[in-house]
Amino acid sequence: MSIVVDEKTPVIVQGFTGRMGTFHAEEMIEYGTNVVGGIAPGKSGSDHLGLPVFDTVRDAVNETGAEASIVFVPPPFAADAIMEAADAGISQCVCITDGIPAQDMMKVKRYMRTKRVERRMNLMGPNCAGVISPGKAMLGIMPGHIYLQGPVGIIGRSGTLGYEAASQLKAIGIGVSTSVGIGGDPINGSSFTDHLKSFEQDPETTLVCVIGEIGGPQEAEAAQFARDHMHKKVVAYIAGLSAPKGRTMGHAGAIVTGAGESAAEKIEIMKDHGVAVVERPSDFGQVISKLL
Amino acid sequence: MDIHEYQAKALLSDYGVPIATGGLAYSPEQAAYRAKEIGGDKWVVKAQIHSGARGKAGGIKVCEDENEVWEAADDLLGRRLVTNQTGPGGKGVYRLYIEPVVPFERELYLSMVLDRQTERIVLVMSGSGGMEIEELAETDPGAIVRIRIEPAVGLQGFQAREAAFACGLDAGLIAQAETLLLGAYRAFRDLDATLLEVNPLVVTEEGRLLALDAKMSFDDNALFRHQNVSELRDKSQEDPREMNAADRGLSYVGLDGNIGCIINGAGLAMATMDMIKHSGGEPANFLDIGGGASPERVAKAFKLVLSDDRVEAILVNIFAGINRCDWVAEGVVKALTELDVKVPVVVRLSGTNVEEGRRILDESDVDPIIAETLAEAGEKSVAAVSWEAN
Repeated sequence: MSIVVDEKTPVIVQGFTGRMGTFHAEEMIEYGTNVVGGIAPGKSGSDHLGLPVFDTVRDAVNETGAEASIVFVPPPFAADAIMEAADAGISQCVCITDGIPAQDMMKVKRYMRTKRVERRMNLMGPNCAGVISPGKAMLGIMPGHIYLQGPVGIIGRSGTLGYEAASQLKAIGIGVSTSVGIGGDPINGSSFTDHLKSFEQDPETTLVCVIGEIGGPQEAEAAQFARDHMHKKVVAYIAGLSAPKGRTMGHAGAIVTGAGESAAEKIEIMKDHGVAVVERPSDFGQVISKLL
Repeated sequence: MDIHEYQAKALLSDYGVPIATGGLAYSPEQAAYRAKEIGGDKWVVKAQIHSGARGKAGGIKVCEDENEVWEAADDLLGRRLVTNQTGPGGKGVYRLYIEPVVPFERELYLSMVLDRQTERIVLVMSGSGGMEIEELAETDPGAIVRIRIEPAVGLQGFQAREAAFACGLDAGLIAQAETLLLGAYRAFRDLDATLLEVNPLVVTEEGRLLALDAKMSFDDNALFRHQNVSELRDKSQEDPREMNAADRGLSYVGLDGNIGCIINGAGLAMATMDMIKHSGGEPANFLDIGGGASPERVAKAFKLVLSDDRVEAILVNIFAGINRCDWVAEGVVKALTELDVKVPVVVRLSGTNVEEGRRILDESDVDPIIAETLAEAGEKSVAAVSWEAN
């Protein structure tokens, strides 16, 4: 088991024939992901990377039975692409695109909620590195070779910081069940809490590592959920101790605007809720190996 | 992106928010002329900078005749105004906004923000204005009304009236308030704002609502569809280094320490800065070189970090996913060969093509300090600074 994707999940690529879409689709296929086709409006009937191209997500779902999609569509059109996936019955969607307007994401979230719960899409991102279930499938842009298969679930906002954690674990022989990127934007498709719920149900996962940062209320919600509803151990790291208030630190969502949003406050909240805290970003491996 | 008060007022006025008739001035002569043009016998000369709390910093002056307006303008123009929001460097005053002094009966607070908790635009209002909202939240939290706006249908009239009644506005003002709030909401939504603040919103002695101050910020990611907003950008209000970085596709935030940072990914950049702090040092900057960084972009990053003369060591920390360690290594070699780098440079490479990257550094004529892990990167960069100091 793992969450979100495994080696069987049929995957389509939105923005398939673009430079980004092509490069990463090849990487995903090479990793073993079951990519079954892609979308490029106006190009149906042609082949790309030896796979069929469709005009619409609905056509692709009807023809291939796709369950998951990954979006490489540029920012002005990305929200539209996500809503198309949600409408066509895709159940797991990863959006890599960085730079989607926040109000577009408000609309996307609102639109996703119009679907009945059992048909409602799970969205990872935007502005994330995607999802990988090591040894099974990769729905993202991460370097697959730095992950070992194993019992640790990872949920993070940042791509490269997630790589750092995974490679520290690999260096001491600890593997990952699934690593999920929720993205660095102010409005995320899914939250830390959403994925904590899934990891709690996943028999392969024994411990979950939450990698948060400054800005927004999500880490505090995750801490509360971990205390009240998780039987599995949760470990957290919060980036941005040296970030000044009111400045955007690269990620559109990494900005301290109000109470409870700084790294120091979030670390306090984690500790208050009994979540083990990784104090130094060089200690992911050490802290997790002690708790496993 | 932030804009000036006079720009925010002009935008809001287009959406039906009442403002006073004001005029913009770039010189004392122009300021005096504007006062004459506006008429009346009392004016306020307001420094236009991207910051609140201008009054306390001496950036707002009330004048009783044209000479006083001239004097006030002469005093303000070219000055750097330091407020509790600008940092010690302050912001330069190059534009003034002249308005008539409007006698008012009471002040209210109005703002709209993009709330991350509810993922909605939230209308915040209070019957007591003139104070900062944080201050208000502490002294009288009960006086603050918050209304969540459903994104599919937008702000409704009944919600606007609820807010207006809750602020204790007279019955005769409710219709005005409703029009004002609906207009402000449309401006926020249509222009992809992230913040709108009218503080104070006043009830004039003549019984009219009027936006006495206005502040708006916009979503950088949505500027592509709002040319009328993006052309309001005032580069004189931005840190030249940050602006420079943004124009080169780099994300940079200047800080107070002495260890320059060149990193890929926002999260890893913040974590590396934290690592420096844990190792006993202070980062000089946040810098994310982004994905797919070419050797040229890495060399540009060096130039940018070195433009801060407080930098006494540089730490390059790359965990390559879509980046390539060999390209980063080539960039490091290029920078160290072509630029006059007098400070020690610590390099930590990891991820895609790492062996190739290490080989390029080994076989080159430059000799950076190599770190294997994040912990080592922190320790070695801090040690490099102390070693230099002794």
